[in-house]
Amino acid sequence: MSEVPVTKNAGGPAPTGDPLVVLDNVNKHFGALHVLQDINLTIRRGEVVVVIGPSGSGKSTLCRTINRLETIDTGDISIDAKPLPQEGRELARLRADVGMVFQSFNLFAHKTVLENVMLGQTKVRKTDKATAEEKARALLDRVGVGAQAEKYPAQLSGGQQQRVAIARALAMDPKVMLFDEPTSALDPEMINEVLEVMQQLARDGMTMVVVTHEMGFARSAANRVVFMADGKIIEEAEPNQFFNNPRSDRAKDFLSKILHH
Amino acid sequence: MNVLLDYLPEFRDGFLGTLAITASAALLALVLGVLIAGFRVSPVPPLRVFGTAWVTVLRNTPLTLLFLVAFFVVPQIIFQGASPYVLGTLALGFYTSSFVCEAVRSGISTVPLGQAEAARSLGMSFSQTLRLIVLPQATRTVIPPLSSIIIALTKNSAIAGAFGYGELFNVSKLLNDKGYAIAWIFLWTALAYLVVTFAISGLFRLLERRMGVAR
Repeated sequence: MSEVPVTKNAGGPAPTGDPLVVLDNVNKHFGALHVLQDINLTIRRGEVVVVIGPSGSGKSTLCRTINRLETIDTGDISIDAKPLPQEGRELARLRADVGMVFQSFNLFAHKTVLENVMLGQTKVRKTDKATAEEKARALLDRVGVGAQAEKYPAQLSGGQQQRVAIARALAMDPKVMLFDEPTSALDPEMINEVLEVMQQLARDGMTMVVVTHEMGFARSAANRVVFMADGKIIEEAEPNQFFNNPRSDRAKDFLSKILHH
Repeated sequence: MNVLLDYLPEFRDGFLGTLAITASAALLALVLGVLIAGFRVSPVPPLRVFGTAWVTVLRNTPLTLLFLVAFFVVPQIIFQGASPYVLGTLALGFYTSSFVCEAVRSGISTVPLGQAEAARSLGMSFSQTLRLIVLPQATRTVIPPLSSIIIALTKNSAIAGAFGYGELFNVSKLLNDKGYAIAWIFLWTALAYLVVTFAISGLFRLLERRMGVAR
Protein backbone atom coordinates (compact mmCIF):
# COMPACT_ATOMS: atom_id res chain seq x y z
CA MET A 1 0.00 0.00 0.00
CA SER A 2 1.74 3.17 -1.09
CA GLU A 3 1.13 6.29 0.90
CA VAL A 4 0.48 9.55 -0.83
CA PRO A 5 1.00 12.82 1.01
CA VAL A 6 -2.27 13.97 2.45
CA THR A 7 -3.53 17.18 0.97
CA LYS A 8 -6.07 18.91 3.06
CA ASN A 9 -7.64 21.06 0.38
CA ALA A 10 -8.88 17.90 -1.29
CA GLY A 11 -10.63 15.22 0.73
CA GLY A 12 -13.28 16.69 2.91
CA PRO A 13 -16.90 17.57 2.62
CA ALA A 14 -18.43 16.84 -0.76
CA PRO A 15 -18.81 19.80 -3.10
CA THR A 16 -22.37 20.86 -3.53
CA GLY A 17 -22.25 21.09 -7.34
CA ASP A 18 -25.16 19.90 -9.45
CA PRO A 19 -25.43 16.15 -10.17
CA LEU A 20 -23.23 15.21 -13.13
CA VAL A 21 -23.44 11.43 -13.23
CA VAL A 22 -26.57 9.75 -11.92
CA LEU A 23 -27.07 6.00 -11.72
CA ASP A 24 -30.62 5.13 -10.87
CA ASN A 25 -31.52 1.59 -9.85
CA VAL A 26 -28.98 -0.01 -12.19
CA ASN A 27 -28.93 -3.79 -12.59
CA LYS A 28 -26.68 -5.96 -14.66
CA HIS A 29 -26.14 -9.70 -15.06
CA PHE A 30 -23.25 -11.64 -16.54
CA GLY A 31 -25.17 -14.83 -17.28
CA ALA A 32 -26.38 -16.07 -13.91
CA LEU A 33 -24.14 -13.68 -12.01
CA HIS A 34 -25.89 -10.55 -10.76
CA VAL A 35 -22.89 -8.19 -10.95
CA LEU A 36 -24.70 -4.91 -10.29
CA GLN A 37 -27.67 -4.95 -7.93
CA ASP A 38 -29.92 -1.92 -7.59
CA ILE A 39 -27.08 0.58 -7.81
CA ASN A 40 -28.01 4.16 -6.94
CA LEU A 41 -25.17 6.63 -7.11
CA THR A 42 -24.96 10.35 -7.77
CA ILE A 43 -21.70 12.07 -8.56
CA ARG A 44 -21.71 15.83 -8.31
CA ARG A 45 -19.71 18.23 -10.42
CA GLY A 46 -16.22 18.62 -8.98
CA GLU A 47 -16.56 15.61 -6.73
CA VAL A 48 -13.95 12.85 -6.41
CA VAL A 49 -15.57 9.51 -5.70
CA VAL A 50 -13.38 6.52 -4.95
CA VAL A 51 -14.90 3.07 -5.37
CA ILE A 52 -13.27 0.30 -3.37
CA GLY A 53 -14.13 -3.27 -2.54
CA PRO A 54 -12.94 -6.84 -2.89
CA SER A 55 -12.25 -8.15 -6.39
CA GLY A 56 -15.31 -9.43 -8.17
CA SER A 57 -17.50 -6.96 -6.32
CA GLY A 58 -18.57 -5.25 -9.55
CA LYS A 59 -16.69 -1.99 -9.09
CA SER A 60 -14.92 -2.13 -12.47
CA THR A 61 -18.17 -3.03 -14.17
CA LEU A 62 -19.82 -0.08 -12.45
CA CYS A 63 -17.13 2.23 -13.76
CA ARG A 64 -17.47 0.86 -17.30
CA THR A 65 -21.24 1.22 -17.41
CA ILE A 66 -20.90 4.98 -17.00
CA ASN A 67 -19.63 5.40 -20.56
CA ARG A 68 -21.51 2.33 -21.72
CA LEU A 69 -18.53 0.11 -22.41
CA GLU A 70 -20.78 -2.28 -20.50
CA THR A 71 -24.50 -2.19 -21.17
CA ILE A 72 -26.96 -2.48 -18.31
CA ASP A 73 -30.05 -4.65 -18.05
CA THR A 74 -32.37 -2.31 -16.18
CA GLY A 75 -32.18 1.13 -14.62
CA ASP A 76 -31.05 4.50 -15.92
CA ILE A 77 -27.74 6.27 -16.21
CA SER A 78 -27.55 9.92 -17.13
CA ILE A 79 -24.62 12.25 -17.60
CA ASP A 80 -25.15 15.98 -17.30
CA ALA A 81 -28.91 15.36 -17.21
CA LYS A 82 -28.84 13.46 -20.51
CA PRO A 83 -29.66 9.73 -20.43
CA LEU A 84 -27.07 7.43 -22.02
CA PRO A 85 -28.15 6.90 -25.64
CA GLN A 86 -27.99 3.67 -27.64
CA GLU A 87 -24.79 2.74 -29.49
CA GLY A 88 -24.25 5.21 -32.33
CA ARG A 89 -23.26 8.78 -33.13
CA GLU A 90 -25.05 10.18 -30.10
CA LEU A 91 -23.23 7.86 -27.72
CA ALA A 92 -19.89 8.60 -29.38
CA ARG A 93 -20.45 12.30 -28.75
CA LEU A 94 -21.20 11.63 -25.12
CA ARG A 95 -18.17 9.37 -24.70
CA ALA A 96 -15.97 12.17 -25.99
CA ASP A 97 -16.99 14.12 -22.86
CA VAL A 98 -16.17 11.25 -20.52
CA GLY A 99 -12.48 10.49 -20.07
CA MET A 100 -11.53 6.90 -19.39
CA VAL A 101 -8.27 5.54 -18.00
CA PHE A 102 -7.81 1.76 -18.09
CA GLN A 103 -5.89 -0.64 -15.93
CA SER A 104 -3.89 -1.82 -18.95
CA PHE A 105 -3.32 1.72 -20.34
CA ASN A 106 -4.56 0.76 -23.84
CA LEU A 107 -2.42 3.33 -25.61
CA PHE A 108 -2.63 2.94 -29.39
CA ALA A 109 0.38 0.73 -30.02
CA HIS A 110 0.94 1.84 -33.62
CA LYS A 111 0.95 5.57 -32.83
CA THR A 112 3.55 7.67 -31.08
CA VAL A 113 2.84 9.17 -27.67
CA LEU A 114 2.15 12.55 -29.27
CA GLU A 115 -0.19 11.03 -31.87
CA ASN A 116 -2.01 9.18 -29.10
CA VAL A 117 -2.84 12.46 -27.41
CA MET A 118 -3.65 14.25 -30.70
CA LEU A 119 -5.85 11.60 -32.30
CA GLY A 120 -9.05 12.22 -30.35
CA GLN A 121 -8.73 15.96 -30.83
CA THR A 122 -8.22 15.83 -34.61
CA LYS A 123 -10.57 12.95 -35.46
CA VAL A 124 -13.39 13.47 -32.96
CA ARG A 125 -13.21 17.17 -32.05
CA LYS A 126 -11.98 18.09 -35.56
CA THR A 127 -9.37 20.41 -34.08
CA ASP A 128 -6.69 21.46 -36.56
CA LYS A 129 -3.33 19.70 -36.31
CA ALA A 130 -1.27 22.63 -35.02
CA THR A 131 -3.66 23.45 -32.18
CA ALA A 132 -3.99 19.76 -31.28
CA GLU A 133 -0.24 19.30 -31.19
CA GLU A 134 0.25 22.37 -29.02
CA LYS A 135 -2.34 21.14 -26.55
CA ALA A 136 -0.98 17.59 -26.62
CA ARG A 137 2.56 18.79 -25.83
CA ALA A 138 1.27 21.00 -23.01
CA LEU A 139 -0.64 18.07 -21.49
CA LEU A 140 2.32 15.72 -21.85
CA ASP A 141 4.47 18.30 -20.04
CA ARG A 142 1.82 18.60 -17.36
CA VAL A 143 1.90 14.85 -16.64
CA GLY A 144 5.69 14.86 -16.88
CA VAL A 145 6.31 12.86 -20.06
CA GLY A 146 6.89 15.72 -22.50
CA ALA A 147 10.35 14.35 -23.36
CA GLN A 148 8.85 11.05 -24.58
CA ALA A 149 6.49 12.60 -27.15
CA GLU A 150 8.08 11.00 -30.22
CA LYS A 151 8.38 7.49 -28.75
CA TYR A 152 6.02 4.57 -29.17
CA PRO A 153 4.07 3.37 -26.11
CA ALA A 154 6.02 0.09 -25.91
CA GLN A 155 9.22 2.11 -25.30
CA LEU A 156 7.81 3.68 -22.13
CA SER A 157 7.57 2.37 -18.59
CA GLY A 158 4.16 1.44 -17.23
CA GLY A 159 3.95 4.58 -15.13
CA GLN A 160 4.81 6.77 -18.10
CA GLN A 161 2.28 4.97 -20.28
CA GLN A 162 -0.46 5.49 -17.73
CA ARG A 163 0.36 9.19 -17.48
CA VAL A 164 0.16 9.43 -21.29
CA ALA A 165 -3.23 7.70 -21.09
CA ILE A 166 -4.38 10.35 -18.61
CA ALA A 167 -3.14 13.09 -20.95
CA ARG A 168 -4.95 11.42 -23.85
CA ALA A 169 -8.21 11.49 -21.92
CA LEU A 170 -7.67 15.08 -20.73
CA ALA A 171 -7.09 16.24 -24.31
CA MET A 172 -10.82 15.84 -24.92
CA ASP A 173 -11.67 18.33 -22.13
CA PRO A 174 -13.86 15.76 -20.40
CA LYS A 175 -16.60 16.68 -17.96
CA VAL A 176 -15.76 13.65 -15.85
CA MET A 177 -12.83 11.24 -15.69
CA LEU A 178 -13.26 7.53 -15.03
CA PHE A 179 -10.30 5.59 -13.67
CA ASP A 180 -10.62 1.80 -13.80
CA GLU A 181 -7.90 0.52 -11.44
CA PRO A 182 -5.30 2.83 -12.96
CA THR A 183 -2.39 1.63 -10.81
CA SER A 184 -3.16 -2.08 -10.52
CA ALA A 185 -0.91 -3.08 -13.44
CA LEU A 186 2.03 -0.95 -12.30
CA ASP A 187 5.26 -1.83 -10.56
CA PRO A 188 5.18 -0.44 -7.00
CA GLU A 189 7.75 2.27 -7.63
CA MET A 190 5.66 3.68 -10.47
CA ILE A 191 2.39 3.91 -8.61
CA ASN A 192 3.14 7.23 -6.96
CA GLU A 193 3.98 9.09 -10.16
CA VAL A 194 0.52 8.22 -11.48
CA LEU A 195 -1.25 8.96 -8.20
CA GLU A 196 0.43 12.36 -8.01
CA VAL A 197 -0.97 13.27 -11.43
CA MET A 198 -4.39 12.18 -10.24
CA GLN A 199 -4.02 14.14 -6.99
CA GLN A 200 -3.22 17.24 -9.00
CA LEU A 201 -6.24 16.63 -11.19
CA ALA A 202 -8.46 16.32 -8.11
CA ARG A 203 -7.05 19.57 -6.71
CA ASP A 204 -7.83 21.27 -10.03
CA GLY A 205 -11.48 20.43 -9.50
CA MET A 206 -11.92 17.61 -12.01
CA THR A 207 -14.92 15.37 -11.41
CA MET A 208 -13.49 11.89 -10.95
CA VAL A 209 -14.69 8.35 -10.40
CA VAL A 210 -11.76 6.20 -9.31
CA VAL A 211 -11.86 2.44 -8.87
CA THR A 212 -8.73 1.60 -6.94
CA HIS A 213 -7.01 -0.41 -4.25
CA GLU A 214 -4.91 2.60 -3.21
CA MET A 215 -6.31 3.43 0.21
CA GLY A 216 -3.80 6.26 0.59
CA PHE A 217 -5.25 7.95 -2.45
CA ALA A 218 -8.79 7.33 -1.23
CA ARG A 219 -7.96 8.95 2.11
CA SER A 220 -6.25 11.99 0.70
CA ALA A 221 -8.06 12.83 -2.53
CA ALA A 222 -11.58 11.47 -2.23
CA ASN A 223 -14.61 13.48 -1.19
CA ARG A 224 -16.50 10.26 -0.82
CA VAL A 225 -15.69 6.59 -0.59
CA VAL A 226 -18.09 4.04 -2.05
CA PHE A 227 -17.61 0.52 -0.74
CA MET A 228 -18.94 -2.29 -2.93
CA ALA A 229 -19.25 -6.02 -2.31
CA ASP A 230 -21.11 -8.72 -4.23
CA GLY A 231 -22.55 -6.27 -6.73
CA LYS A 232 -24.04 -3.97 -4.13
CA ILE A 233 -23.08 -0.62 -2.67
CA ILE A 234 -22.66 -1.50 1.00
CA GLU A 235 -21.51 1.80 2.35
CA GLU A 236 -20.92 5.38 1.27
CA ALA A 237 -19.08 7.84 3.48
CA GLU A 238 -16.46 10.54 3.72
CA PRO A 239 -13.02 8.95 3.70
CA ASN A 240 -12.13 9.74 7.32
CA GLN A 241 -15.37 8.38 8.58
CA PHE A 242 -15.16 5.29 6.41
CA PHE A 243 -11.60 4.34 7.26
CA ASN A 244 -11.75 5.19 10.97
CA ASN A 245 -15.25 4.13 11.71
CA PRO A 246 -16.84 1.85 9.09
CA ARG A 247 -20.47 1.04 9.81
CA SER A 248 -20.95 -2.28 8.03
CA ASP A 249 -19.37 -5.57 9.04
CA ARG A 250 -18.43 -6.24 5.40
CA ALA A 251 -16.42 -3.03 5.29
CA LYS A 252 -14.80 -3.69 8.67
CA ASP A 253 -13.78 -7.13 7.49
CA PHE A 254 -12.40 -5.75 4.21
CA LEU A 255 -10.46 -2.97 5.90
CA SER A 256 -8.98 -5.31 8.51
CA LYS A 257 -7.66 -7.52 5.71
CA ILE A 258 -6.01 -4.76 3.73
CA LEU A 259 -4.84 -2.39 6.43
CA HIS A 260 -3.23 -4.84 8.82
CA HIS A 261 -0.28 -6.32 7.04
CA MET B 1 10.64 -26.57 -77.61
CA ASN B 2 9.99 -24.00 -80.29
CA VAL B 3 6.30 -23.83 -79.57
CA LEU B 4 7.25 -20.94 -77.28
CA LEU B 5 9.25 -19.14 -79.97
CA ASP B 6 6.69 -19.82 -82.71
CA TYR B 7 3.83 -18.53 -80.60
CA LEU B 8 5.62 -15.94 -78.53
CA PRO B 9 2.98 -13.21 -79.15
CA GLU B 10 0.23 -15.60 -77.97
CA PHE B 11 2.16 -16.57 -74.88
CA ARG B 12 2.88 -12.91 -74.17
CA ASP B 13 -0.78 -11.97 -74.53
CA GLY B 14 -1.75 -14.92 -72.33
CA PHE B 15 0.74 -13.84 -69.72
CA LEU B 16 -0.53 -10.26 -69.77
CA GLY B 17 -4.10 -11.59 -69.63
CA THR B 18 -3.35 -13.59 -66.50
CA LEU B 19 -1.59 -10.61 -65.00
CA ALA B 20 -4.49 -8.26 -65.78
CA ILE B 21 -7.27 -10.44 -64.39
CA THR B 22 -5.19 -11.35 -61.33
CA ALA B 23 -4.51 -7.70 -60.57
CA SER B 24 -8.09 -6.51 -61.04
CA ALA B 25 -9.66 -9.46 -59.21
CA ALA B 26 -7.14 -9.10 -56.35
CA LEU B 27 -7.98 -5.41 -56.02
CA LEU B 28 -11.72 -6.15 -56.01
CA ALA B 29 -11.24 -9.00 -53.50
CA LEU B 30 -9.17 -6.84 -51.14
CA VAL B 31 -11.61 -3.95 -51.16
CA LEU B 32 -14.68 -6.17 -50.77
CA GLY B 33 -12.94 -8.46 -48.28
CA VAL B 34 -11.97 -5.64 -45.91
CA LEU B 35 -15.44 -4.10 -46.23
CA ILE B 36 -17.23 -7.37 -45.50
CA ALA B 37 -14.87 -8.06 -42.59
CA GLY B 38 -15.98 -4.69 -41.23
CA PHE B 39 -19.59 -5.80 -41.65
CA ARG B 40 -18.91 -9.06 -39.81
CA VAL B 41 -17.59 -7.31 -36.71
CA SER B 42 -20.08 -4.43 -36.90
CA PRO B 43 -22.44 -3.67 -34.01
CA VAL B 44 -25.33 -3.51 -36.50
CA PRO B 45 -26.98 -6.97 -36.68
CA PRO B 46 -28.25 -6.77 -40.30
CA LEU B 47 -24.72 -5.96 -41.49
CA ARG B 48 -23.35 -8.91 -39.54
CA VAL B 49 -25.95 -11.21 -41.09
CA PHE B 50 -25.13 -9.89 -44.55
CA GLY B 51 -21.39 -10.44 -43.96
CA THR B 52 -21.90 -13.97 -42.71
CA ALA B 53 -24.18 -14.82 -45.62
CA TRP B 54 -21.68 -13.35 -48.09
CA VAL B 55 -18.85 -15.49 -46.78
CA THR B 56 -20.95 -18.63 -46.43
CA VAL B 57 -22.32 -18.46 -49.96
CA LEU B 58 -19.20 -17.38 -51.82
CA ARG B 59 -16.68 -19.48 -49.94
CA ASN B 60 -18.67 -22.68 -50.20
CA THR B 61 -19.68 -22.41 -53.86
CA PRO B 62 -17.37 -24.11 -56.37
CA LEU B 63 -15.56 -21.42 -58.34
CA THR B 64 -16.60 -22.95 -61.66
CA LEU B 65 -20.23 -22.58 -60.66
CA LEU B 66 -19.62 -18.91 -59.84
CA PHE B 67 -18.09 -18.49 -63.30
CA LEU B 68 -21.13 -20.12 -64.85
CA VAL B 69 -23.35 -17.67 -63.00
CA ALA B 70 -21.12 -14.72 -63.90
CA PHE B 71 -20.99 -15.60 -67.60
CA PHE B 72 -24.52 -16.85 -68.22
CA VAL B 73 -26.79 -15.39 -65.53
CA VAL B 74 -25.28 -12.00 -64.70
CA PRO B 75 -25.34 -10.71 -68.33
CA GLN B 76 -29.06 -11.54 -68.49
CA ILE B 77 -29.74 -9.16 -65.60
CA ILE B 78 -27.03 -6.50 -65.61
CA PHE B 79 -23.77 -5.97 -67.46
CA GLN B 80 -25.24 -6.89 -70.83
CA GLY B 81 -22.40 -7.37 -73.29
CA ALA B 82 -19.72 -7.18 -70.60
CA SER B 83 -16.36 -8.56 -71.69
CA PRO B 84 -15.05 -11.91 -70.36
CA TYR B 85 -12.42 -9.83 -68.56
CA VAL B 86 -15.06 -7.94 -66.53
CA LEU B 87 -17.17 -11.02 -65.85
CA GLY B 88 -14.12 -13.09 -64.91
CA THR B 89 -12.92 -10.34 -62.58
CA LEU B 90 -16.32 -10.30 -60.88
CA ALA B 91 -16.44 -14.06 -60.36
CA LEU B 92 -12.85 -14.31 -59.12
CA GLY B 93 -13.00 -11.13 -57.07
CA PHE B 94 -16.24 -12.03 -55.30
CA TYR B 95 -15.11 -15.59 -54.61
CA THR B 96 -11.72 -14.50 -53.23
CA SER B 97 -13.25 -11.66 -51.20
CA SER B 98 -14.78 -14.26 -48.84
CA PHE B 99 -11.32 -15.65 -48.08
CA VAL B 100 -9.83 -12.17 -47.70
CA CYS B 101 -12.67 -11.30 -45.32
CA GLU B 102 -11.93 -14.24 -43.06
CA ALA B 103 -8.18 -13.52 -43.06
CA VAL B 104 -8.84 -9.88 -42.15
CA ARG B 105 -11.30 -10.94 -39.46
CA SER B 106 -8.74 -13.25 -37.89
CA GLY B 107 -6.31 -10.32 -37.94
CA ILE B 108 -8.87 -8.08 -36.25
CA SER B 109 -9.29 -10.57 -33.43
CA THR B 110 -5.56 -10.52 -32.70
CA VAL B 111 -5.76 -6.81 -31.80
CA PRO B 112 -6.40 -6.53 -28.04
CA LEU B 113 -9.97 -5.52 -27.21
CA GLY B 114 -8.64 -2.66 -25.08
CA GLN B 115 -7.45 -0.84 -28.20
CA ALA B 116 -10.99 -0.60 -29.55
CA GLU B 117 -12.36 0.25 -26.10
CA ALA B 118 -9.88 3.11 -25.76
CA ALA B 119 -10.83 4.42 -29.19
CA ARG B 120 -14.53 4.25 -28.43
CA SER B 121 -13.95 5.95 -25.07
CA LEU B 122 -12.43 8.89 -26.95
CA GLY B 123 -15.69 9.20 -28.88
CA MET B 124 -14.61 7.58 -32.12
CA SER B 125 -17.31 6.00 -34.24
CA PHE B 126 -17.21 2.31 -35.07
CA SER B 127 -15.78 2.94 -38.53
CA GLN B 128 -13.16 5.35 -37.19
CA THR B 129 -12.14 2.79 -34.58
CA LEU B 130 -11.81 0.13 -37.26
CA ARG B 131 -10.02 2.32 -39.80
CA LEU B 132 -7.68 4.26 -37.53
CA ILE B 133 -6.95 1.85 -34.70
CA VAL B 134 -7.83 -1.78 -35.34
CA LEU B 135 -7.14 -2.43 -39.04
CA PRO B 136 -3.67 -0.80 -39.05
CA GLN B 137 -2.67 -3.09 -36.19
CA ALA B 138 -4.30 -6.12 -37.81
CA THR B 139 -2.36 -5.67 -41.07
CA ARG B 140 0.80 -7.35 -39.84
CA THR B 141 -1.03 -10.55 -38.96
CA VAL B 142 -3.08 -10.53 -42.13
CA ILE B 143 -0.25 -10.24 -44.63
CA PRO B 144 1.02 -13.86 -44.63
CA PRO B 145 -2.42 -15.46 -45.21
CA LEU B 146 -3.25 -12.75 -47.77
CA SER B 147 -0.17 -13.73 -49.73
CA SER B 148 -1.44 -17.32 -49.98
CA ILE B 149 -4.91 -16.14 -50.95
CA ILE B 150 -3.64 -13.95 -53.79
CA ILE B 151 -1.41 -16.74 -55.09
CA ALA B 152 -4.41 -19.09 -55.08
CA LEU B 153 -6.33 -16.38 -56.95
CA THR B 154 -3.62 -16.28 -59.63
CA LYS B 155 -3.95 -19.99 -60.23
CA ASN B 156 -7.74 -19.86 -60.07
CA SER B 157 -7.71 -17.30 -62.87
CA ALA B 158 -7.13 -20.25 -65.24
CA ILE B 159 -10.86 -20.96 -64.99
CA ALA B 160 -11.49 -17.66 -66.75
CA GLY B 161 -9.47 -19.11 -69.63
CA ALA B 162 -11.90 -22.01 -69.91
CA PHE B 163 -14.65 -19.39 -70.34
CA GLY B 164 -12.95 -17.80 -73.32
CA TYR B 165 -10.89 -15.10 -71.62
CA GLY B 166 -7.44 -14.85 -73.18
CA GLU B 167 -4.94 -15.86 -70.51
CA LEU B 168 -2.24 -18.47 -70.06
CA PHE B 169 -4.45 -21.53 -69.67
CA ASN B 170 -6.54 -20.38 -72.59
CA VAL B 171 -3.41 -20.13 -74.77
CA SER B 172 -2.17 -23.55 -73.74
CA LYS B 173 -5.55 -25.04 -74.63
CA LEU B 174 -5.47 -23.28 -78.01
CA LEU B 175 -2.01 -24.59 -78.85
CA ASN B 176 -2.88 -28.04 -77.58
CA ASP B 177 -5.82 -28.08 -79.97
CA LYS B 178 -3.41 -27.26 -82.78
CA GLY B 179 -1.57 -30.51 -82.02
CA TYR B 180 1.59 -29.34 -80.28
CA ALA B 181 3.25 -31.58 -77.69
CA ILE B 182 1.37 -30.97 -74.50
CA ALA B 183 4.38 -31.39 -72.20
CA TRP B 184 6.22 -28.38 -73.60
CA ILE B 185 3.14 -26.22 -73.65
CA PHE B 186 2.45 -27.01 -70.01
CA LEU B 187 6.07 -26.43 -69.04
CA TRP B 188 6.10 -22.91 -70.50
CA THR B 189 2.68 -22.14 -69.09
CA ALA B 190 3.71 -23.34 -65.66
CA LEU B 191 6.88 -21.23 -65.78
CA ALA B 192 4.84 -18.17 -66.69
CA TYR B 193 2.53 -18.80 -63.69
CA LEU B 194 5.59 -19.20 -61.48
CA VAL B 195 6.84 -15.78 -62.54
CA VAL B 196 3.57 -14.23 -61.36
CA THR B 197 3.27 -16.20 -58.11
CA PHE B 198 6.93 -15.65 -57.17
CA ALA B 199 6.49 -11.95 -57.80
CA ILE B 200 3.46 -11.93 -55.48
CA SER B 201 5.17 -13.79 -52.65
CA GLY B 202 8.20 -11.49 -53.03
CA LEU B 203 5.98 -8.43 -52.82
CA PHE B 204 4.28 -9.69 -49.68
CA ARG B 205 7.58 -10.64 -48.07
CA LEU B 206 8.71 -7.07 -48.68
CA LEU B 207 5.51 -5.73 -47.11
CA GLU B 208 5.96 -8.01 -44.12
CA ARG B 209 9.48 -6.75 -43.55
CA ARG B 210 8.33 -3.13 -43.85
CA MET B 211 5.63 -3.67 -41.25
CA GLY B 212 8.13 -5.36 -38.96
CA VAL B 213 10.30 -2.25 -38.94
CA ALA B 214 7.36 0.08 -38.38
CA ARG B 215 7.40 -0.61 -34.67
